[in-house]
Amino acid sequence: MWDHYQAYDKKATRDGFGAGLHELGQKNDQVVALCADLLGSLKMQAFKKEFPDRFIQVGIAEANMMGLAAGLATAGKIPFTGTFANFSTGRVYDQIRQSIAYSGKNVKICASHAGLTLGEDGATHQILEDIGMMKMLPGMTVINPCDYAQTKAATLAIADHDGPVYLRFGRPGWPVFIPEDMPFEIGKGQKLKEGKDVTLMATGHMTWYALEAARSLEKEGVDAEVLNFHTIKPFDVDLLIESVRKTGRLVSAEEHNRFGGLSDMAAQYLALHQPSPMRIVATQDTFGESGKPADLLEKYGLSPQHIHRAAVELL
Amino acid sequence: MPDIQQLEQTATQIRRDIVRMVHRAQSGHPGGSLGCADYFTALYFEIMNHKPEFNMEGHGEDLFFLSNGHISPVWYASLARSGYFDVDELSSFRMIDSRLQGHPATHEGLPGIRVASGSLGQGLSVAMGAAYAKRLNGDDSIIWALTGDGELQEGQIWEAAMFGAHYKLDQLIVTVDRNGQQIDGSNDHVMSLGDLEAKWKAFGWSVHTFDGNNMETTLRALQEAKSRVGQGQPQVLLMQTEMGAGVDFMMGSHEWHGIAPNDEQLEAALQQLPETLGDYSINKQ
Repeated sequence: MWDHYQAYDKKATRDGFGAGLHELGQKNDQVVALCADLLGSLKMQAFKKEFPDRFIQVGIAEANMMGLAAGLATAGKIPFTGTFANFSTGRVYDQIRQSIAYSGKNVKICASHAGLTLGEDGATHQILEDIGMMKMLPGMTVINPCDYAQTKAATLAIADHDGPVYLRFGRPGWPVFIPEDMPFEIGKGQKLKEGKDVTLMATGHMTWYALEAARSLEKEGVDAEVLNFHTIKPFDVDLLIESVRKTGRLVSAEEHNRFGGLSDMAAQYLALHQPSPMRIVATQDTFGESGKPADLLEKYGLSPQHIHRAAVELL
Repeated sequence: MPDIQQLEQTATQIRRDIVRMVHRAQSGHPGGSLGCADYFTALYFEIMNHKPEFNMEGHGEDLFFLSNGHISPVWYASLARSGYFDVDELSSFRMIDSRLQGHPATHEGLPGIRVASGSLGQGLSVAMGAAYAKRLNGDDSIIWALTGDGELQEGQIWEAAMFGAHYKLDQLIVTVDRNGQQIDGSNDHVMSLGDLEAKWKAFGWSVHTFDGNNMETTLRALQEAKSRVGQGQPQVLLMQTEMGAGVDFMMGSHEWHGIAPNDEQLEAALQQLPETLGDYSINKQ
């Protein structure tokens, strides 16, 4: 039986960030947390409570927050900024570009409420372009973990990585299926299921859906391989190419615009190294809208059934 | 007692360096650089406790952050003249394969630079992050930062201004180069800054004004600012300067904000700025 990735809990990935940050506070006294008036949303309360001196409330001033983080990093601190993904990227792109990325600052940009699953607040807050913006920056590491446990592991891992990181996570409760003791290595994708007929690659929330799709495909006699790309940049080219060389086809799934995200990355490397038929499960160059997370994912083509159907189309 | 005459001579040499650098590159920003030459000289040769052997983290020393990065020529000349790198390297300003980028950067590893600047409005926030880190580390050294006045039109400056007052960053001394000019004309013409003194005061800052093209008044203002450190308030110094100060035909307008002198203009400028410490030599690569 391949399927040992069963949901053993349901928690938000942002809770994994909060738990990881709190643990980091205990482990590393250089870690400093900054927050732009979204303490509860980012689950930073535990850190603030235990380490009030190392928690900096900056108010609704994200541009200033990025500059502060750059200055703290200059002095050897390891700053973690916390706000929504929208305000962590597009709103402050030039601050990140000049003061952090170009200046090589060891800042961890931690971004919650990414994608459609932010839900009812609607398209103003549902950023679907953030991975693209951040992966374009030279030297920026881009990570989008798939569940609570992995987000916690990623939060711990990025503190030990020297350089700017964009850590993307989300708002809704989501199946927790990654074992707590599963190693997390930045830049290394994970093969969650071995298969031979089609490769399903996913990042973030969509990784659970890719597993769901693999289960339904199995019932139809299709043996799918499932890859979790928690790190989008640096991209694990070898894992992808090795898999597609075997299966001959690829479905990529992400809660992001089809332009600029994981699918773009995969398509570029496939075209260069292993040209193969591919389907993309992502938003189709559109903004989102208000609604419940699951309904939005369904409406915008991001359900397990969509991944399933994309795989079948390739067979 | 500081030797005023010697500092003035250093400032004159730095002005020569600025004009020669911008002339050789045939690009760069001489106007604001010349206007701030006295301030940089006072800071780097008298006021700051700093270490030219350069360590990025800068523990236990005063740090300087330049927010209006386009006046890089005056900063590079000040750093070289105070021992951060060889003065001859000034000849590589804005050339390919140089550490002296058009706007200051850490990317090529130039000693003395701690963050890139050029896209305006960001340096004050970075300086505050560094000041906050010093507070966390129990390091009572001073963070100095310079912004342009046109730059105050950027919204991020006022986000930072609120932060500095809220957290009582009293290790921080911000100076505004109040030359009244920007690319498209005077501040008043382009976008009025209004009553800057009242604005900073309303944001909770300790505000002071001085003549920044006079070595005595500059030294006195910076020393007085140092004496106010630790009194629970961030400070802003509104420094009156003239764009192009030291070169008569570059003064009095915004025209020399970002253009280079030709050969004749270079000669005319250098005649007004006698060589005092020895010119850097042109490194012909």
